[in-house]
This record gives sequence, structure tokens and C-alpha cells, in this order.
Amino acid sequence: MSEAINDVGESVETGESAAGKVKKFMFINRKSPYGTIYALESLEVVLISAAFDQDVSLAFFDDGVYQLVKGQKTQGIGIKNHSPTYRALDGYDIEKLYVEKESMELRGLTTEDLLVPVQQLSRGELSKLIDTQDVVLSF
Amino acid sequence: MALVVNGQAIETDEEGYLANRSDWTEQVATEMAKIDNASLEPNHWEVINFLREYYEEYQIAPAVRVLTKAIGKKLGPDKGNSKYLYELFPYGPAKQACKYAGLPKPTGCV
Repeated sequence: MSEAINDVGESVETGESAAGKVKKFMFINRKSPYGTIYALESLEVVLISAAFDQDVSLAFFDDGVYQLVKGQKTQGIGIKNHSPTYRALDGYDIEKLYVEKESMELRGLTTEDLLVPVQQLSRGELSKLIDTQDVVLSF
Repeated sequence: MALVVNGQAIETDEEGYLANRSDWTEQVATEMAKIDNASLEPNHWEVINFLREYYEEYQIAPAVRVLTKAIGKKLGPDKGNSKYLYELFPYGPAKQACKYAGLPKPTGCV
């Protein structure tokens, strides 16, 4: 599993021969929404990649599933609540969102607890899906 | 670029976007437009208000493609096209209209 994710060797820059070709990008999110900048940075790159008409999907593992949880209130920590932005992804034609079943179950979450419609897949199923991507970026 | 509204200086970044979104008033928008030699008509306000609602809901300024599509959905296809929006906001609908709406520069706008 971790091998597939670490296999990020491919550069985001497309070579001349590949110019104009739509690539399959998967953004993997593993960290809780606040405390580090990873979740927000990932979200920004996702929005930018959509502007380039790429085939984008998002996968959430481990504490990353918390990024999508409803009812986030961040006033107490003085950080902007960026979670409403996940609901804008649909308008950017980003509709492929996956959560790992095992991560959800470990945290007592169901897809009902999430802000946006997602597809829940097992670790094995996601692993296969990662294999089909051209570019995998891990946050 | 100094933005002064009612004798009060309003802080902006080097491109003229508001430093604090809470400083926004309709008059701020009007003054910003004056700097660009533009005056805001009802058609402009329609887009500006749309952007403010979009930001309120999603916490981002939409990319131009997304804005165009969303405007079309809300205000009809005669307004949801880039020709119409570029006529209203010649510096780029997302960039210029977001500025007047007091929003940050849209993500993905380079």
C-alpha cells in the first residue's frame, strides 16, 4: 500500500510530447484538516489542477477523512474553516472523491457524517485505483 | 495604490485587493472601479453580489470557468458566457469582479 503511494516519481510538468494530454491525477490526503497546512495546500492544488482540465480524483485515508467531516468549527483555533470549499468541487467538475473504508470505520464515521457525496472503498480497491493513475500526489 | 473611501484609507495589497474582507462596502467597490476608470451599473452589481454569495457559501473565489457556468445557471445563458462577462469586466471577470467584491484573487488565477 505505502509503496503505491510513495511511487510519485512522475513530475507534474508534462513533457512536450504529452502537451495537451489529459492525465489522471490523484490527490491523496492523510492528515487531519488543521494543525498542518497539508489539507489546505492539497485543496488549493486540486482547484488549480481543475483549471487545466485534468482528470482529477481525491482520496482520503487515515486522519485525512476528518477533512470532509460536517460541522467543522474553527473559531476557537483562529484558523479559517476551509471545509465549505469541498462542496464547491462539484462546480469545478471534480466528482471523484474516495474515502478508505478502514479509516472511516476506525474513526466511527459513516458517509452520512461527510460534507459531500463520496465513494467508500476498501484499502485493496483503492490500491488498485491508485495503480491506474498517471500522477499521484500525497499530502 | 491608495484607496480612500469617505476620507478613510482602506488597506489593499499591491494589486488592489482588499487586505481585510470586512472593510468592504458598496462604496468601496465604487471607489475601486473609479481607479480603473469604470462605473458600476446594475449588471456589474449582479455579478459582484453573486461573487459575494459564492464566497460566503464556499469560502473561495471561483475560477473564471466556474464563475461563468454558475452565472449561467443563476442568471441565464445570455449572461453565463465569457463575452458578456468580459464586456462588463474587461480586466478579466474573475480577477476584476472579485476585487470589486472585496474577495481575494481567485485560486488558480496566475
